[in-house]
Amino acid sequence: MAEPLLEATCIHTYYGVSHILHGVDFRIGKGEAVGLMGRNGMGKTTLIRSMLGHVRPRQGKVCLRGEDVTESAPHRIARLGVAYVPEGRGIFPNLTVKENLLMAAREGVDGRREWTYQRVLETFPRLAERLDHGGGQLSGGEQQMLTIGRALLTNPDLLILDEATEGLAPLIARDIWRIIGDIRGSGIATVIVDKNYAAVMDLADRCVVMIKGTVVFDDASDKLTGEIVQKYLGV
Amino acid sequence: MFIPRAGTRGQAPLLIPHNRDSEETRPMDTAFFFIQLLNGLQYGLLLFLVACGLTLIFGIMGIINLAHGSFYMIGAYIAWSLASMTGNLALAILLGIPLTVLLGMLLEWLLFRYLYARDHLYQVLMTYGLILVFEELRSLVWGDDVHGVAVPALLAGSIPLTDNLSYPIYRLAISVICLVLAGGLYWLIQKTRLGMMIRAGSTNREMVQALGINIKLLYTLIFALGVALAAFAGMIAAPVSSVYPNMGAQVLIICFVVVVIGGIGSVWGALLASVLIGLTDTFGKVLLPEYAGVSTYLLMALVLLWRPEGLFKRI
Repeated sequence: MAEPLLEATCIHTYYGVSHILHGVDFRIGKGEAVGLMGRNGMGKTTLIRSMLGHVRPRQGKVCLRGEDVTESAPHRIARLGVAYVPEGRGIFPNLTVKENLLMAAREGVDGRREWTYQRVLETFPRLAERLDHGGGQLSGGEQQMLTIGRALLTNPDLLILDEATEGLAPLIARDIWRIIGDIRGSGIATVIVDKNYAAVMDLADRCVVMIKGTVVFDDASDKLTGEIVQKYLGV
Repeated sequence: MFIPRAGTRGQAPLLIPHNRDSEETRPMDTAFFFIQLLNGLQYGLLLFLVACGLTLIFGIMGIINLAHGSFYMIGAYIAWSLASMTGNLALAILLGIPLTVLLGMLLEWLLFRYLYARDHLYQVLMTYGLILVFEELRSLVWGDDVHGVAVPALLAGSIPLTDNLSYPIYRLAISVICLVLAGGLYWLIQKTRLGMMIRAGSTNREMVQALGINIKLLYTLIFALGVALAAFAGMIAAPVSSVYPNMGAQVLIICFVVVVIGGIGSVWGALLASVLIGLTDTFGKVLLPEYAGVSTYLLMALVLLWRPEGLFKRI
């Protein structure tokens, strides 16, 4: 495996008294693409939020490039090169498309500026046509492009996509998948959470399957046979 | 003890006493009307400086800050005491601004940040407590007397309008300063990256953090900005309104009216509502003196009947 980028060990997370994650291990190497799978409510989003500092795990350790970030604030973790495209997209409806993109644009950890405003607009020409529209006026697909474009403008080393194609028309979802493929090809490590397991397996080097707050499968994508998919994901 | 109650307005001079310059003139001639218009605008714009911080802090951090009027009072007292020391109001204001910014940052860091996740009831309790603390401290430090602050010599004159009517330059200067500040605030919020972050922070706190923005620092800055603006309003108002105990209470109540009319969290709504209130109050006092106390509240009721959420949506 590539040099580790993000490494979470033995994460236990609670929401109030409910024990959501039961000792989850998760790691992703530089430039790697990992599919994170599991049915609804199995703890995928909680795992992501625990690794990004939005929820404090009660036990366990999160390391980013070897630095312990378990107790770090979310913005500190983001500044270490992690971009997050949350479920439900998280665009700012009261900012224009242009402002949404520019508000957080910055160079990457080592001063890289591979993703510029210009490049994002070239990647998402539909956004270029809507720069002065409010974020809230965009269609679902456009909002998703906006969130991904905004994440790329922080020049991350790791991009986490939580249900990026959820609720999108098939043609638009296909567009998003193509773009995710391009991003992955550009050397940015990606964690992909999506209901379209075939597409995830196609893109990801490795897949992690979660059931009820534990990891039940963590191996190369081609080892994820139809039988396992049937058993854990019920497809 | 002080109780912020709408009825206390008549006892002490209002934010800025009105039509002092023109008590003799009964008929509503043009010059007189013009003077009232300027008075109303000036009162409204000054209110805006206080109200915009109140609405920003509520809109972005979700805090109901009853102590916001106290910052207006603190500003006025700082201006008075520094002006007495230095003999120069402009210098006093220049020295006072960084002090109030620091005060805002300190209060946010020590107290207010613990209120963000809390129910409004806790916020009201703590900020009401702060009013009492600030009033007591004011009494200890500065005493309970009413003080006057001299208008700076440079702005001391008046502009003659007719034979017996004139308008003080200092009041015009207040309006101009407020307008410049409103313009600056517009630029800050609409045109800068910090402004984008501020607006973003009002809708989705977690996403702002996920983009690498230090939201705690952002909140501290917004709070300090609100405190400094309210205090600055108190500083520049000191020469016209004089400096007196409880002066923050009246401003606070009318500022809540402004925030509600303008739409909670909306800075531009606050600007429009402040001017509306300023004009309604001023002309209400002139045209219907017996109903002067209720005119602004009547305006609020009418606006809310028409638009229950206020004139504007959030920043």
